Amino acid sequence: MSITFWLLSAIIVPAALGILFVRKAVHAALLLAAVMISLAIIYLTLEAPFLFAVQIIVYTGAIMMLFLFVVMLVGVDASDSVVETIRGQRWLAWTAGVVLGALLLVGVAQISLGTMVGLDAANSGGNIEGLADLLFSRYVLLFEVTAALLITAAVGAMVLAHRERLEPKPTQASMAAQRVRDFSETGRPLVPLPSPGVYARHNAVDTPALLPDGTPAEESVARVLAARGTVRSAPALADDITEVQRTLGDVDGGPAGGATGGTDQASGSGHNTENPEAGA
Amino acid sequence: MNDVNAYIGLSAVLFTIGAIGVLTRRNAIVVFMCVELMLNACNLALVAFAHQHGNLDGQVAAFFVMVVAAAEVVVGLAIIMTIFRTRRSASVDDASLLKY
Amino acid sequence: MFLYTEGGHSIPVVDPISAADAGGVFPLLWLVIALPLLGAVVLLLGGRRTDAWGHLLGTATAVGSFVLSTLLLIAMMGREEGDRSVTQHLWDWVSVGGYEIGMDLLVDPLSILFLMLITGVGSLIHVYSIGYMEHDPRRRRFFAYLNLFVAAMLMLVLAENYLGVFLGWEGVGLASYLLIGFWQHKPSAAAAAKKAFVINRVGDIGMSLAIAMFFVTFGSASFTVISANASGAGEGTMTAIGLLLLLGAAGKSAQVPLQAWLLDAMEGPTPVSALIHAATMVTAGVYLVVRSNFVFEAAPAAQTAVVVVATVTLLWGAVIGCAKDDIKKALAGSTMSQIGYMMLAAGLGVYGYAYAIFHLITHGFFKANMFLGAGSVMHGMNDDVDMRHYGALRKLMPVTFLTFAMGYLAIIGFPLFSGFWSKDKIIETALVESPVFGICALIGAGVTGFYMTRVMLMTFFGEKRWQDGVHPHESPSVMTFPLIVLAALSVLGGVLYLGGWIKDWLVPVVGKAPEHELPFPAIVFSLITVAVVAVGVAIAWLSVGRRPIPSTAPTDVSFVTRAARNDLYGDAIHDTLVVEPGKALTRGLVSADRSLVDGLFTGGASLVQGLGQGLRRAQNGFVRSYALSILAGVVIVLAALLVVNL
Repeated sequence: MSITFWLLSAIIVPAALGILFVRKAVHAALLLAAVMISLAIIYLTLEAPFLFAVQIIVYTGAIMMLFLFVVMLVGVDASDSVVETIRGQRWLAWTAGVVLGALLLVGVAQISLGTMVGLDAANSGGNIEGLADLLFSRYVLLFEVTAALLITAAVGAMVLAHRERLEPKPTQASMAAQRVRDFSETGRPLVPLPSPGVYARHNAVDTPALLPDGTPAEESVARVLAARGTVRSAPALADDITEVQRTLGDVDGGPAGGATGGTDQASGSGHNTENPEAGA
Repeated sequence: MNDVNAYIGLSAVLFTIGAIGVLTRRNAIVVFMCVELMLNACNLALVAFAHQHGNLDGQVAAFFVMVVAAAEVVVGLAIIMTIFRTRRSASVDDASLLKY
Repeated sequence: MFLYTEGGHSIPVVDPISAADAGGVFPLLWLVIALPLLGAVVLLLGGRRTDAWGHLLGTATAVGSFVLSTLLLIAMMGREEGDRSVTQHLWDWVSVGGYEIGMDLLVDPLSILFLMLITGVGSLIHVYSIGYMEHDPRRRRFFAYLNLFVAAMLMLVLAENYLGVFLGWEGVGLASYLLIGFWQHKPSAAAAAKKAFVINRVGDIGMSLAIAMFFVTFGSASFTVISANASGAGEGTMTAIGLLLLLGAAGKSAQVPLQAWLLDAMEGPTPVSALIHAATMVTAGVYLVVRSNFVFEAAPAAQTAVVVVATVTLLWGAVIGCAKDDIKKALAGSTMSQIGYMMLAAGLGVYGYAYAIFHLITHGFFKANMFLGAGSVMHGMNDDVDMRHYGALRKLMPVTFLTFAMGYLAIIGFPLFSGFWSKDKIIETALVESPVFGICALIGAGVTGFYMTRVMLMTFFGEKRWQDGVHPHESPSVMTFPLIVLAALSVLGGVLYLGGWIKDWLVPVVGKAPEHELPFPAIVFSLITVAVVAVGVAIAWLSVGRRPIPSTAPTDVSFVTRAARNDLYGDAIHDTLVVEPGKALTRGLVSADRSLVDGLFTGGASLVQGLGQGLRRAQNGFVRSYALSILAGVVIVLAALLVVNL
């Protein structure tokens, strides 16, 4: 037990000190999680299995989760500036803190309570049963009040997180009207953008669809791909097709043309049979 | 080592570290974590005393501390979110308008 | 139950039985108050939604109270004489330490008469107001106030302890304030309301001090407790209480020296003058004195004070009534005078209580009748109140004229009319008990004959002196109906004295008076009174009826007339004796406050401000700084603890 304690202390104290110095909130959260899990194990050695579970489930599971959640919302990259803005705050804080720690330790060293009684007797009926006995008899009023506190906290969090809607929620009809208005004013397309061309041999998202007259539809390719320059042009694709056709022509000596394209390609390739003509 | 003093000492150290953290860190979330650290330090003391005295009241108290801490975190983080939403900053020093 | 005896007669003790035991209609006693109160609440909280039917609801609640009161009266007449006092405990009102005050109601032969008067005359005036206030946009509010007044007045007469009486007492004061100032857009009405309110508060000081003394002396404000222990208190204490009660009564009943508000109170709508300032509220003082008979019987000095105040007021009011050209103010002066009669009777002790109440009731009838008649005249004369602009109205307003005439005959004490019986008995008793005051009362009766005849002649007889554009006409039937009823009551009110009924009826409350020796037969007193009144009437006939009346008041008049027109300089006396010294004192106090007290405070404030200026630097807005100071505090405390324990 002693070894466990000292081992865990060796984890806890550096981890806790780390919280003071790491610059990113995520790291602080991870260190705090380490501290809490170590404390949970100490609870186990102190014969508090229920608190061990609660410490892990509630603290490390729920509360730390919430912390990480907020860290993500606020911005995981945000890190503290090391420059102290309040004059004298840092060294005063350290002085006061160290004095406090020293006083507490001196105080603790002063007392001597003898050896631990241990919880064997109290836990004889089971730790959880013992806690439940206390909770629902002597502390039942406190328990109810805590319940009220939790409800209040939940409602309070909802009230705080609530954002007032300043304008009426857009309806489907108003959104449709907006689309038509945009179309008439800026020429933004009324219907969804055309989907990219679909070809059997290619990752077709990067290939523009072809319009009925054989010209490629540039809007059918995502802007991101266009910006990266990975769009395959329709003429390039046309080369592929001629190559395919040539290969096919080599195999069976038949005349090159749409008939072969129709035989080995899926219905979706009906478009690109026209492509060679257009591209050529 | 069957003495309660070691546990209380650890608790005191953790509490002190938490207090210094509250005073020196400026990110509101980290400040909050330090508060949690202080609460945990108290919990450790409570559990250790429960073991020392051989009854479960300390554990019940620690349990209540945890519940209250949960409630406090919910509201506290909601406040941080609200502040962040309006000021685009999670620094406690930026919310310093209420002064002379 | 009669507890103690003094001077050959006994003082009855209030010893009621509970309403639940009495059964019948008595457990519904609380409804008598609750109905008009409910009406007031609904009308005041209901707002404009109730405009359309507010006046009907207001009237209905008053009539409902009247019906209930009638049932109570019938039930009470069916009971044994000793069992007629019934009390109802509603709830514990005030419970402080050893003092327990319940919200208790008491209905006994005295309060039932008041109940009938208030709800009966009140209902008639409600009906009348439907017509009178028809064109007023705030009629619903008017009815709400009327209902509030009726509820408060019923509380006053039904309360079983002085604190309950005080509740009603303040309630009628409030309602009176609201109603006098009902036309608040007129500065004169607003000022009159304020004046009435302030003067009433002066009287209330007496009332509240009396209640405090009841608590000190008897540990209770309940009639039951006080009347049972009245003999135990010293005469000095009782005299003090009696004088304080008299102060309260003087405020409410417009007795000298607190009489000044009543004349100004005529600024209110006429139904208010009729209901509050003639028939009911101003009689509260008389009620208080009669109700507190156990106090006054133990304090002869206080009784004498009552008689003196009453006699002065009686003459004062009568003189004012002689000179006023405003019909309502002339009637108001007469009201003061008549209440003086009641107080005089009440001050005469056990001989007079019953006559005070008797006169109070007949006066309630004929004065309400005359005020409503005056209202009817004003209604036809475009709200002109100056009698010099009236004249020859008897043909154009036959109903108003006839009913007013009934009231007139009643008030001057024309034989067989109600006022004859009641006033005659008061004068007779006064003459026997204390001749000086009796003679004053007799003179007052003559003056009454003079000024009422003057009012009558100036209004209904003579030549017409209307101003251009005025077309007098009879009022609608909703207004004349109450007039007819009240006129009938004015004529027949004397029935109450048939076989001495009212005396016997009130015996359980005020005690039975021993027969006193009359130096002459009673008829002689009546003849004397009638003769004196006849002289007054004749003088009026000679001086007013025979001569043309100028339509503006002549200015070259004797000092007495001028004084009477100015309310006998009542306001001037108040101003010189109270208001001006008060103002001077206030000015002195204000300057002392400015220089001395404020100087001390502002000096201290500057000091604190300087300190604060320095300290506010600490409030830099950084939560971490604040946290640091908390931690520093913790460290200091901890260090201190360790140092102490080491």
